[in-house]
Amino acid sequence: MTYRAIIHNGLWKQNSGLVQLLGMCPLLAMSNSFVNAAGLGLATVFVMALSNWAVSVLRSLIPYEIRIPVFILVIAALVTVVDLAMNAWLHDLYNVLGIFIPLIVTNCIVLARVEAYAAKNPPIASALDGAMMGLGLTLVLVVLGGIREFIGTGALFGGIEMIIPGATAVQILPADYPGFLTVILPPGAFFVLGCLIAVRNWLDARAARRALAGTQPPAPLQIATA
Amino acid sequence: MDDLTPAELPSHHEPGALTMSTRTAVILTIFTVAFTALMAVTYQMTKTTIAASAESEKMKLIGEVLPATVYDNELLKDWIELPATAEIGNDIPTRVYRARKNGSAAALVIEAAATDGYSGHIGLILAVRASGELIAVRVTGHRETPGLGDYIDPKKDKNKAKPWISQFNDLGFAQINPAEWKVIKDGGRFEQRAGATISARAVTNAVGRALRFANAARERLYTIPAQAKF
Repeated sequence: MTYRAIIHNGLWKQNSGLVQLLGMCPLLAMSNSFVNAAGLGLATVFVMALSNWAVSVLRSLIPYEIRIPVFILVIAALVTVVDLAMNAWLHDLYNVLGIFIPLIVTNCIVLARVEAYAAKNPPIASALDGAMMGLGLTLVLVVLGGIREFIGTGALFGGIEMIIPGATAVQILPADYPGFLTVILPPGAFFVLGCLIAVRNWLDARAARRALAGTQPPAPLQIATA
Repeated sequence: MDDLTPAELPSHHEPGALTMSTRTAVILTIFTVAFTALMAVTYQMTKTTIAASAESEKMKLIGEVLPATVYDNELLKDWIELPATAEIGNDIPTRVYRARKNGSAAALVIEAAATDGYSGHIGLILAVRASGELIAVRVTGHRETPGLGDYIDPKKDKNKAKPWISQFNDLGFAQINPAEWKVIKDGGRFEQRAGATISARAVTNAVGRALRFANAARERLYTIPAQAKF
């Protein structure tokens, strides 16, 4: 598998949020605003790259029969180490991302990539796979968070002052917009995610139709140019 | 995706069930010990730094309700332990910090909680002057509905000039009759925002309870030795 294929796989073809539908628990809970979504996404990218890399390095030492407990052990230990290290040495960043890090352990996409990819591929490719799967999830999270925040509150980037001091949320709709609470609450996450999946499937179907049309003699094209 | 090829499955020369399970048990133990050690080492290395930043955060939070001009003692050393007190909503022991100026009582910083919010506990921190009025109140943690009930936290309040929680500033029972220490909707004196009365009511009542407690127990709260149990 080339690096290019790994990137395409993580961002689009096997996107963990839209295709594999893994990691729904933190995805649905934390995607109620753009900033929350970006925070959880970035923390996930980091943890997935790290855990995929670590398991790949250790893969020849892990007996097949007990691989799942060992994977869980490795992931949980690494997340704990990252949590403590960030709290101590990157405290400002920890104040923003800190609450998301323990949540990542509940994300089954981490274990899924370790089992499906890192357990049988070399370390660099595994780390890239983890990072790209995480990034694919981040993109979905950010779009989902942005849409829910916009429809729900009429503003975007609420809470950005935690990341960029002095920045403020952008009010897009008039300030007397009453808000749409359902979209902020968990059911809204299901509705919006459903729409995103539909859009992705539609884009894929359209691409497939075009590819099919491209293999036939370009008769319609000649008519069009004639 | 690569499928699992037979070469990657364990080689089957059947070492016998006992040898096999002993072997896996030993390997799993080694992994457990190694990664537990990794976590223990990280914990030891980060412990003091984390404790220091937790302390500075606590100081920052206290600074939001208690201006530095009010006291001159070493606040983080002058605390007493308050056991779980259902009366003010605390189900675990908390600390009461005692601010003093020139050796005489200036203010108390008390943690309290509203237990009847819309969604779980609402943590509060209050500074109460020795003369019995509040200095200010802040919400330390809550799970009220985003965009609806979360205006109780000034960081989420859309009215930045005069956040909802600031209406408690400088008020005590000398200014507001205890019977009227309620939201307007319940016949009291404090505003609530349309559509989210539950959060405002919970905070207002909890602040009133905590203030009553601080005033009633004032003498003892100030005089028992530092770091003792209340």
